[in-house]
Amino acid sequence: MIKKVRSHLSQNETLLFERSSPGKRGYQLPELDVPVVDPADALGAENVRAEIRDFPEVSEVEAIRHFTRLSTWNYAIDHGMYPLGSCTMKYNPRVNELVARMEGLAWAHPYQPEVLAQGAMEIMARLETALAEITGMDAVTLQPAAGAHGELTGILLVRAFLERRGNPRKKILIPDSAHGTNPATAAIAGYAVENLRSSERGVLDVGTLENVVTEDVAALMVTNPNTLGVFEDNIIHVAEILHRKGALLYMDGANMNALVGIARPGDFGVDVMHLNLHKTFSTPHGGGGPGGGPVAVKKELEPFLPIPRLKRSGRKWTWNYRRKLSIGRVRAFYGNFGVLVRALAYILAHGGEGLRNATVDAVLNANYVRKRLEPYYDLPYKLPNMHEVVFSDDRQAARGVRTGDIAKRLIDYGFHPYTVSFPLIVRGAMMIEPTETESKLELDQFIDAMISIAEEVESDPELVKTAPHGTRISRVDEVTAARRPVLRWKPCCCDATAR
Amino acid sequence: MLDVCGLENAEALFGHLPEAVRLKRPLALERGASEYEIIEYFRDRASENGAEYASFLGAGVYHHYRPVLVDTVVSRGEFLTAYTPYQAEISQGTLTTIFEFQTMICQLTGMDVANASMYDGSTAVPEAAMMAARITGKGGILAARSVHPEYRAVLATYARYEGLNIQEFGYSAESGQIDLEDLDRRLNELTAAVIIQSPNFFGIVEKVKAAADLAHRRGALLIVIFTEAVSLGILEPAAEADIIAGELQSFAIAPSYGGPYAGVIATKEKYVRQMPGRLVGETRDTHGNRAFCLTLSTREQHIRREKATSNICTNQALIALMANVFMTVYGKQGLRELALQNLSKARYLAGKLKPRFTGPFFNEFVALTNGRSPDAVNKALLRKKIIGGLPLGRFYPELSGSVLLCATEMNRREQMDSLAEAFQ
Repeated sequence: MIKKVRSHLSQNETLLFERSSPGKRGYQLPELDVPVVDPADALGAENVRAEIRDFPEVSEVEAIRHFTRLSTWNYAIDHGMYPLGSCTMKYNPRVNELVARMEGLAWAHPYQPEVLAQGAMEIMARLETALAEITGMDAVTLQPAAGAHGELTGILLVRAFLERRGNPRKKILIPDSAHGTNPATAAIAGYAVENLRSSERGVLDVGTLENVVTEDVAALMVTNPNTLGVFEDNIIHVAEILHRKGALLYMDGANMNALVGIARPGDFGVDVMHLNLHKTFSTPHGGGGPGGGPVAVKKELEPFLPIPRLKRSGRKWTWNYRRKLSIGRVRAFYGNFGVLVRALAYILAHGGEGLRNATVDAVLNANYVRKRLEPYYDLPYKLPNMHEVVFSDDRQAARGVRTGDIAKRLIDYGFHPYTVSFPLIVRGAMMIEPTETESKLELDQFIDAMISIAEEVESDPELVKTAPHGTRISRVDEVTAARRPVLRWKPCCCDATAR
Repeated sequence: MLDVCGLENAEALFGHLPEAVRLKRPLALERGASEYEIIEYFRDRASENGAEYASFLGAGVYHHYRPVLVDTVVSRGEFLTAYTPYQAEISQGTLTTIFEFQTMICQLTGMDVANASMYDGSTAVPEAAMMAARITGKGGILAARSVHPEYRAVLATYARYEGLNIQEFGYSAESGQIDLEDLDRRLNELTAAVIIQSPNFFGIVEKVKAAADLAHRRGALLIVIFTEAVSLGILEPAAEADIIAGELQSFAIAPSYGGPYAGVIATKEKYVRQMPGRLVGETRDTHGNRAFCLTLSTREQHIRREKATSNICTNQALIALMANVFMTVYGKQGLRELALQNLSKARYLAGKLKPRFTGPFFNEFVALTNGRSPDAVNKALLRKKIIGGLPLGRFYPELSGSVLLCATEMNRREQMDSLAEAFQ
């Protein structure tokens, strides 16, 4: 039975362009206090546009209704649990939003004099120090804008370090359980990708690794805990194998929420890693960004970090651009500062003990979900799990119901789906990460929903295969969307049936 | 919960970890702070950043008024705390706004398609260059020196291992626009793309048509960058370009000491499959209702892995939504009026100073400091609670006696008069 939700009315809404009419406006500019210029005179007539064709024209109340109506068509953490594995969808504290909008922070220009930016620089320095302590690494750059950007920065650091030692090498090893960003990143950094098969236990196989680590290997990119939620228990040995051959160990920090305060990558042999501030450190996901992808390194790699670097000079902070070994810039200015502010606020709120408690709760929640759902869903890998657990749809597939169907049915029960069909090494993967945010009450509702769906698969598989049933729209035709892409509104395409 | 898991205590959850990896001490961080203490800490830091100063800085980051509606909308938990809209049935809000965003970027730039956002303008440049290399099968990139210096630095970092050969071409010492002869000399059959910025780093509107003609004659693409999106309210879009890559910070995105901002790439329809980044398309659900979903994802890393067009995953969705609300609030008339105010303010200020170049400018221009050092002028301005222009010597040694000044709708006339006095 569906207990968590029941349907209510939601407003229909057209696209902005379809509710637009000439002359409507939602703004008020101050009166110009200087002489108005003739644009054709100032810019040359050929440089002045006649109009912005079809650009919206709506009133203020229409604008706010438009966006409010659209917002109600979204699911969000503020509605409930988001069991997306490897995405760490945790609560986004609102005090973080407040502090990031303080005038002195939000309106600071990146080129304002350093004497007038000491507060911003102090925040960045404090965050660098905290992240170095949490990861057990020696130095941190806050410049990368998101996880994949951090990966690229990290692999460029590996490359610069090895080049300096005489040979950048040719290959990056990537386990088959890795995120797609890992191989894409290695390719952009000019490396060939060699996929590593996981062992039957679901972790890196030390024997296989011994054979493939040659003088051609620049680094291994590993996610730990891996995407099965399993801690790579051979990690120290793995690091030794790489280091013996002069290769480096890169860690994708996507799953750092399982480790904070419990174990530090720097202590188990990692040379370079990135963090996702929008996962572990609670900055909001915002429907797909912005994120933050700081990179932490051991001291051997520090000289290669992107410029500029924060430097203490007497009693003030300054930006240091004079670093001849640096890989250069990976973006303009200093990083997604507003995201950094939020991440530091999260760290300050928790403190060392609080961060560790969050990890314990996250791991406990995942283990609880595992224990309660194991009788109903196939668990292909049996090793103890950390902050997430991966089931397969093996039993349900026998009834013709796949992981994607079960995920869609979860929507009817008032939950966002888990991560579907990932990692690729599990057929029909159902990857669940509850995070520390969820109470036992919410977890039990989720578990009950999953159990109820397992029963529906037996009693009425069609019900599950055609889900969701309670949403504004049903399953969408993704095939036509890709085959005949409509990527923008055009006046001629206005369709009366759309209302 | 521990009982269900069959565990004695919570520590047992980690019993399987090798002893050697365990952290055996508490993290060396301060104890957790209350909400009030957190606010106090950041308020103190904010007070060290000169919030009470008037500013004439531009150079890729602009002070524009942020309509109240922008934060009202993006603070809604349904937008703020939602994930990437892979599950279309419960993400139509985000998907619809991205579709509108893509449409408005096309309307502004004159391109056929636009993506859902890139990290920022600077990273959109190498992504556009790599896209041009894929389209043409060539690796030569000619970048104008009048493109934002930090954007060129990012391009250099990315290009090093991508097989791109980057060369720069100059600008006219008189007009501040690209040196077409220099460009023509350097173009050859290996050139994949020419990159220019308009308005350029000096604030000057570029000769887009002439650059496009030269590039196209040699089989190269033209990439046009913009950093000041408000200029699109009044400037003829660079429709001759093959790819437009830009920064939307001007659209109600706070300067925030350098980020987060939102970049974007727009292009011709025929190049869409080589474009990086997420795209939203219109489709139908099984009942025939209009619906939107992420599409053409076979370009992306989660499907194509090492053969993807880019490694980008998380982008700047919420920031793009800010730009979306901004464009909606100002709309067709408002964006033009806003652009006209900027143009008028900058003309007024330039009238009181000595502009270095003769080319037509939008809301920024290079001004000579009359033989005094830019640092000395700026120091004098700080005493009047004014942050002056960016001294250009740092990026252009040949322009060391000048500053880049920007005037927007937020700069009042008396501030401009006061600034001009310091140059006398």
